[in-house]
Amino acid sequence: MEKKLYSISAIYSNPNDIIRAAAAVRDAGYKKFDIHTPYPIHGLDGAMGLKETKLGFVTLAAAIIGAAGMISFASWVAVVDYPQVIGGKPYWSWPAFVPVTYEIAVLLAVLGTVGAMIAFFFKFPNISHPLHDTPYMKKVSADKFGVSIQADDGKFNEKVVRELLKNTGGEVDAVYYSEEFLTFKPQMFDPKFIFLLVGIALATSAGGYLYWNKVLYLPPFDWMMQQPKVKPQTMSEFYADGFGMRLPVAGTVARGFIPYPYALGAKADSVGKFLVNPLLPTKAALDLGKKKFFTYCSPCHGNFGKGDSRMNGQFPNPPTLHSDKVRTWPDGAIFHTITVGQNVMPSYQYQISREERWAIVNYIRTLQRAYNAKESDLQ
Amino acid sequence: MSSTVLDYSKELSVIEGLPSAATLDEMIEKPINDFPQRRWFIGLAITGTMLMIGVVSLTWLLWKGVGVWGINQPVAWGFDVVNFVFWVGIGHAGTLISAILFLFRQKWRTGIARFAEAMTLFAVLCAVQFVIFHTGRPWLAMAWLFPYPNQHGVWVNFTSPLEWDVFAVNTYFIVSAVFWYLGLIPDFATLRDRATTTIKKVTFSILSLGWRFSNRHWQHYERAYLIMAGFATPLVLSVHTIVSFDFAVSIIPGWHTTIFPPYFVAGAIFSGFAMVQNVLIITRKAFKFETLITMDTIEKMNKIILVTGTIVGYAYIMEFFIAWYSGNATELFVFVNRAFGPYWWAYWTMMTCNLFTPQLFWSKKIRTSLLASFILAIFVNIGMWFERFVIIVTSLHRDFLPSSWGMFVPTMWDFGMLIGSFGLFFTLVLLFVKFLPAIAMAEIKAVIPGAQPTHHGNGASH
Ligand code: HEC
Repeated sequence: MEKKLYSISAIYSNPNDIIRAAAAVRDAGYKKFDIHTPYPIHGLDGAMGLKETKLGFVTLAAAIIGAAGMISFASWVAVVDYPQVIGGKPYWSWPAFVPVTYEIAVLLAVLGTVGAMIAFFFKFPNISHPLHDTPYMKKVSADKFGVSIQADDGKFNEKVVRELLKNTGGEVDAVYYSEEFLTFKPQMFDPKFIFLLVGIALATSAGGYLYWNKVLYLPPFDWMMQQPKVKPQTMSEFYADGFGMRLPVAGTVARGFIPYPYALGAKADSVGKFLVNPLLPTKAALDLGKKKFFTYCSPCHGNFGKGDSRMNGQFPNPPTLHSDKVRTWPDGAIFHTITVGQNVMPSYQYQISREERWAIVNYIRTLQRAYNAKESDLQ
Repeated sequence: MSSTVLDYSKELSVIEGLPSAATLDEMIEKPINDFPQRRWFIGLAITGTMLMIGVVSLTWLLWKGVGVWGINQPVAWGFDVVNFVFWVGIGHAGTLISAILFLFRQKWRTGIARFAEAMTLFAVLCAVQFVIFHTGRPWLAMAWLFPYPNQHGVWVNFTSPLEWDVFAVNTYFIVSAVFWYLGLIPDFATLRDRATTTIKKVTFSILSLGWRFSNRHWQHYERAYLIMAGFATPLVLSVHTIVSFDFAVSIIPGWHTTIFPPYFVAGAIFSGFAMVQNVLIITRKAFKFETLITMDTIEKMNKIILVTGTIVGYAYIMEFFIAWYSGNATELFVFVNRAFGPYWWAYWTMMTCNLFTPQLFWSKKIRTSLLASFILAIFVNIGMWFERFVIIVTSLHRDFLPSSWGMFVPTMWDFGMLIGSFGLFFTLVLLFVKFLPAIAMAEIKAVIPGAQPTHHGNGASH
């Protein structure tokens, strides 16, 4: 492959010479030239005619974004999204947000400065520059100082440039490069690259899935779950009867408990007469009744009490609650049935409070009225 | 430049003249190129064993839970937090040397800056492991340390000093790592151009990002370095300030004092310099870096140790004074109990190693003796570890209710983790001196005599 001229270079071994050379090149009017030194040399920026770096503005912008972003985020969390009273302080205790705000401002400022410098000011990473891997580069990376005037400068004339550099006392040489070396560009849509991305995505998802759903359920990570305590709906090996959920200890009552005078054998319609519904069919009572009916009764009796739930066939079918029998029952009879149960229907005494039971009764009455409406109701 | 073989082990002061730039490169690259010496392997064997002790203790900790440690009520913070504060403190010297001394234009820092920065990173790593593992179920720690949107609708508490700590330590680690890497870029480029094998060439090419020593780049680079130093300086001070808030913002007598932030920062610099001192002296001996890590540097480090040690001693005494002057009976009890209670031995170890023995550095003879510097620096490390022990354990073991009083007794797993953290630290240091340029080449070159143009005046200031 043919080699092309990149630049004419000169090497100096004294910092004073490089300053002089830089000034000479600048004064000769070249624009595309550079000075290479193993360490920063004072006064070189001026000699080259470089403008002050604008990096500081990037820092300022990043720091402001960091500070403003963090204090707004912390305030939003503390005031809007997750307000918590901590130590009796107001939600917006902004002095307490200062440390995190400060840290994030510093973090963003530093990352922004260095990131912008590397990516935009230097256009790095770039390991295929014509100067790389040349004898010139090897010298300036150790202890020499070099000037390199590029061949694509508007004023470039090889002879003149060589003359100029020689006059400043440099060891003149030329830097060549091959086209092929420079034209290599990584392709965004290269299938290999896309496969790589897909592979990474799959590996990450699989790893995440395994971690959160499998690994965390292995010992020792799951030991928080294996505690010697009873969980709802599980058996207990501790109690002789094997029930995890316990009834109140014999002879004790819970606060607010009123003993129920009738036993399982009592006839619903006869004891029902002595039980008086204390609730009026208000909206609140009906809403409560509806909620509890859907929670406790509808799984067997169906959403409208017609005895047609999904349990049909898997469990002795409950009768409809719209039968004449139930409709003519006093409220107390339904209450009694809920309280003590009836044949295969269990007792709900301990799950449903007294008031809730009456609310359910009211709601059943509403259902019955709706399904067996009289002519007068329809008008 | 001169190609005469220099005796590296001969000490030359920075002022009198360092070797030429080319020989410098050769010298700094030497440990990287040489097949590791026996000494290095022996060192690695020792630190590796310590590290394995740590790994075993850690495995047991993860299997059984934090109950394997000696912590319990009332002393719920034991070695975990002691070690965390100890290591974070050590991590403060690096950025102090690379940032604060940079801003103060202290030339002597160049020889040790890279080293100190690396030690910062390693020390912070050692510190972070303790806070992560003391959360109990560290595999979920991510979820409660960092604010991220989650299905529980829960956020972290931004008003908690512990959360400030998460932000401070992470920021500090990231910024230190970036600072360190930024300094390494030109050195990677030099190593790339000196590389003799393909592996080295490829590795250093990638690591150097394609650095070309262009002055158009140096211009921004130098500004970036200055900006970073400017940001890192208050950052160093903020990190240990925030660590001290973990204690000072609580209402435990013995913790709840306003003197904590400056006192902690001084202590951090004190312990950090002592640790850097120890590692520097070992490196100077092991790699024959007498030319670069000079007696002058070591003496200056000793002076800083003396100053910060005295500040810390002042804080100890001031705490006592305030405990008495405040007229608060509980406060006074805690401090008297510290010095004369069941943990009196820890208190007096701390006082001896931190306040009394560093005073020996007033003598120039001791200050400039390698052996004395090494031993006294070890004393400082011991003393500073005990300082954290005293602050944490003695303040907790006497609760407000005498019925809850108790003692803290560390278990072997506590010691295992402590040994392991030293193993981790020194293993990383050994790997670092072997595989990376332990001394900043480009920076040192800029300060050797004749490195800067004469017409520009003083020349060697960087
Ligand atoms: C486990 C399924 C199941 C649940 C839940 C259930 N029941 Fe029943 N219910 C039945 C069965 C089965 C019968 C018929 C019992 C029998 O054979 O006498 C019945 C009977 C009744 C009767 C008497 C009907 C009649 O004609 O004799 C009433 C009233 C009643 N249930 C109301 C309720 C109320 C109110 C609830 C909600 C608190 C409820 N049930 C919850 C299964 C259930």
